[in-house]
Amino acid sequence: MTETSTDKPAPPAAPERQAEPVVEAAVLHEVPGRVTELGGVTVGNTKCENPFMVAEDVNVYYGDNHAIQNVSLEIGKKEVIALIGPSGCGKSTFLRCLNRMNDTIETARVTGNITLDGKDIYRKEQDPVALRARVGMVFQKPNPFPKSIYDNVAYGPRIHGLAADRAELDNIVHTSLERAGLINEVKDRLDEPGTSLSGGQQQRLCIARTIAVNPEVILMDEPCSALDPIATARIEDLMDELCEDYAIVIVTHSMQQAARVSRRVAYFHLGLLVEVDETDRIFTNPQHKLTEDYITGRIG
Amino acid sequence: MPRRRRKEFTFKLLGMVATAIGIVFLGLFFASLIAEGTSAFKQTFLKLDIELSEDVLAPDGELDLAYADFDGLVRTALRAEIPEASGRRDRRELYRIVSVGAAYQLRDLIAQNPDLLGTTQSLWVPASSNVDMLIKGNIDANIEEALRPLSDKQIGWVRQLQDQGRLESRFNRALFTNGDSREPELAGIKGAVMGSVYMLLVTMALSFPIGVAAAIYLEEFAPRNRWSDLIEVNINNLAAVPSIVFGLLGLAVFINWAALPRAAPLVGGLVLTLLTLPVIIIASRAAIKAVPPSIREAALGLGASQTQVVFHHVLPLALPGMLTGAIIGMSRALGESAPLLMIGMVAFIVDVPGSLTDPATALPVQIFLWADSPERAFAERTSAAIIVLLGFLLVMNLTAVILRKRMERKW
Repeated sequence: MTETSTDKPAPPAAPERQAEPVVEAAVLHEVPGRVTELGGVTVGNTKCENPFMVAEDVNVYYGDNHAIQNVSLEIGKKEVIALIGPSGCGKSTFLRCLNRMNDTIETARVTGNITLDGKDIYRKEQDPVALRARVGMVFQKPNPFPKSIYDNVAYGPRIHGLAADRAELDNIVHTSLERAGLINEVKDRLDEPGTSLSGGQQQRLCIARTIAVNPEVILMDEPCSALDPIATARIEDLMDELCEDYAIVIVTHSMQQAARVSRRVAYFHLGLLVEVDETDRIFTNPQHKLTEDYITGRIG
Repeated sequence: MPRRRRKEFTFKLLGMVATAIGIVFLGLFFASLIAEGTSAFKQTFLKLDIELSEDVLAPDGELDLAYADFDGLVRTALRAEIPEASGRRDRRELYRIVSVGAAYQLRDLIAQNPDLLGTTQSLWVPASSNVDMLIKGNIDANIEEALRPLSDKQIGWVRQLQDQGRLESRFNRALFTNGDSREPELAGIKGAVMGSVYMLLVTMALSFPIGVAAAIYLEEFAPRNRWSDLIEVNINNLAAVPSIVFGLLGLAVFINWAALPRAAPLVGGLVLTLLTLPVIIIASRAAIKAVPPSIREAALGLGASQTQVVFHHVLPLALPGMLTGAIIGMSRALGESAPLLMIGMVAFIVDVPGSLTDPATALPVQIFLWADSPERAFAERTSAAIIVLLGFLLVMNLTAVILRKRMERKW
């Protein structure tokens, strides 16, 4: 009921008002052949071959605030897709729709369709807890549990009952740490608290913790924004390796990072998905004026 | 600029003065308490050579502890020490320098060692509280005779006994091993301490689990709506309700309606539970709120259910804060006297309570009772009881600090 009352008037009003200065800027730097208006249509190609997660017409409201509007995007198997855009553009919100983390925010409401492997993840029978085991998440700030390194990694397998005995659990912990590239640094001190590691190590521990439950998709919400360049480089290398097995959706503020790690890039602006394309094309030949402005540093 | 600096200086000075005043008053309080109270830990004893004569104790050849004339033995021994007290009045005055507890002491001695019957024993028996006060200098021998509890003659005998080395100040064990008594030299805090302990056991056993459960529900599971707001406001209000109101509630509900025994630590504990619940709920909610949301998100992101998040991550992290809150609530409960007056725990109870339903009193109420007593010797006992109470509070708060430190290190 509230859906019809709030979202009908909201979409026409909100983008017009908020987009005004940007449209002006776009007019100033008019380049022939570029889309300039901020409409509801996404430029580029939201489809991909071999789609694994498909979002269709996703709208998210936080109370009366229409956070993202009519976003449609396909995420392929074993691909890295980067979501970029200025702060508050809805990329993190979209990311959190993909494993229903928005459920934990009481005022959040999601409409539209998101499917994982062909099944609607917002259907009634879908247990969000089970979904999050399939769609893992790495957060902006490294957030290891205040437990030992071992227990951090073992926590997921334990609650999901993935290991039958101690040996199997040991094995999962070791493999996960190995895949996260952390094993050599921590193998002699698995009993030490996870919080005693450095920031970069903590973030890799969080990644190890996520892959320990063997998800199919990994969502990363600015995983390197709290890290120094060296730690960032290690995480990026790690993503390169991980994408052989997982689909990775990464939100990032660093366009260099998006260019380095992703195969496709989606540009969000004010709750709209403006442009989606192969990384090379986005950075060399963006179709939308706003995308160009953003990647060249004129806005954002 | 100079004005600003002057302002800053005045503000700093004001703060320092305020702190200093606080510290001075606290210091005065402790100093007076210790000066007044420490003497209660000593008690004057009188050495008497008592002949445990068979003829007096068991005139029919059979010893009956309940009826045997132990008093007579004490008096005989006393007369032997001070032969010059010959008249009836003199003797009566003489008997008053020894405590009535001397007879009980003899009785207990014979009960334990019936073999001593017929022998003569040199025993240290408690002197009466007035003698004790005189020795401790709390009775001025120079004021008019009618205005002091001891006559000139009595003081003379006391000095005489003192010169003979028959009076000695010893550790006042009665203070810790006896229940309340009308005689100051026999009165102890054990009954009150045990009453307080039983009450706190009940309070702890009820208020901590209930409080923590309520806090978890309100913080993690309850929907945010008008009802939860109402509950929150009411809990905060409840924490500020005067404690005597809880006493009235306890009287109405637990004693009149539920027909639980009057003056029992069980009822006291229930009332104190009501009193501490809001404190514990508020502290526990604050502790839960202080758990970083990133930990919650991390666990949720791994596919932990809400319950798993709470019990695996939030609760262990919040527990030190909850325990601190609980112990602070307990300290408040320990120091509470008003609600206990309402449920009859203010009665004069000599026996040390042995169970949750025995009549009992509590330490603060005992202090209140003693402070109310006219005997000079109860004044120092009041202070001593306060020192003991403060000692308990100190230990509890220290436990809170140590527990918190230790648990924080673990995580």
